[in-house]
Amino acid sequence: MNAAVRVTRLAKHYGRGEALIRAVDDVDLEVAPGESLVVVGPSGCGKSTLLQLMGGLDLPTSGEVWVAGLRIDRTSERARARLRRDHVGFVFQDFHLMEELTAVENVELPALLAGTPSGQARRAATTLLEAVGLADRMRHRPGQLSGGQKQRVAIARALVNRPTVLLADEPTGNLDSAATTEVLRLFDHLRSDGQTLVVVSHDQRTAATADRMASMRDGALAHDVALPSDTTTAAEILSGSRE
Amino acid sequence: MQQEVVLALLAKQPSHGYELRARIERALGPLSEAFNAGQMYVTLGRLEQSGLVTSTREAAAERPERRVFELTAAGRERVEEWLTDVTWPRPDLTNFHLKLTVAAAGRLSDPLALIGSQRHELVRRLRDAQRAAMAEPDGSDVSLLLEGVVLRIEADLTWLDACERAWGVGR
Repeated sequence: MNAAVRVTRLAKHYGRGEALIRAVDDVDLEVAPGESLVVVGPSGCGKSTLLQLMGGLDLPTSGEVWVAGLRIDRTSERARARLRRDHVGFVFQDFHLMEELTAVENVELPALLAGTPSGQARRAATTLLEAVGLADRMRHRPGQLSGGQKQRVAIARALVNRPTVLLADEPTGNLDSAATTEVLRLFDHLRSDGQTLVVVSHDQRTAATADRMASMRDGALAHDVALPSDTTTAAEILSGSRE
Repeated sequence: MQQEVVLALLAKQPSHGYELRARIERALGPLSEAFNAGQMYVTLGRLEQSGLVTSTREAAAERPERRVFELTAAGRERVEEWLTDVTWPRPDLTNFHLKLTVAAAGRLSDPLALIGSQRHELVRRLRDAQRAAMAEPDGSDVSLLLEGVVLRIEADLTWLDACERAWGVGR
């Protein structure tokens, strides 16, 4: 089966000579359909650049990027824009919602831009907002929502065109502890629904709850491990019986 | 089970043991097991021996007689002390710090490897606690408790980062 996303010998360099910065340095990575991967590492390790290359927001210096079986590192900006619209959902640390639009209008916007008839786009947006637990916030503007709610709207928007892969850059970076749990719970539901997910984060909780964790250092992949999925009950944790 | 909690439950009014147990179970939900609510009668017996509660038998025609527990003056005083007490469990970081220092001095083990194993264990606990928190409804008592567990493990992991930096540059 084709990988949802595959990068081979991927490199992104800035500057030249002694000032050369290898933001991404010879990275090979494959994400299978339905898999969820968290990429961790200190700030400046190249993880955000890697995510932008995977989603066609930026072009590599060398190497290949494949999304949904299509090679995107040599295509025109216009072709990449189309590919992003059809196959990639982006979620950012600071939400990037349009303040003058309501939650449901924010979510339906990418569907309208992709040519979906307005009634169908509205229905898709409504269904997604219900799925992320915001049925009672459809007509609220971003300014009337909490951080966790805004990020859930942003995730619903990223999903409205049914992307092959959802790419999230520090999605819990601006959230407090309870809102982080809201977003991680939503990612968990998306995982169970088979949504392919790549999350870049330096948040320990986001990393600890992933199925697979890759760590980056100085532009290169350092580790790539699967994490166990056994569960412990709240009572066991609070009584310290499973420490 | 913590004696002070039982005393505090009795501060409002005298109660039967099974009533106290039911009130704790309601307050703690799935956690009451961890709190050992089944130990209620043992705890009440100890409290009575220490003179913090007294009990009287309450006879009834159609069921076995029950004991009603009531706070004594000493018991009431203990509840007041407990409510104003501000002690807080202190995490023991000295022990781990000494482990690193001694291991490095005696060339017994690489401090960075010890930090790595410790981090692995804390990440496992963080995963367990965060997953358990995700399984609880927002705003529940249990999720609030688990948030505390999660935040503490995060603090320990952040401290391990600081240890790694310090030992990484050589000491």
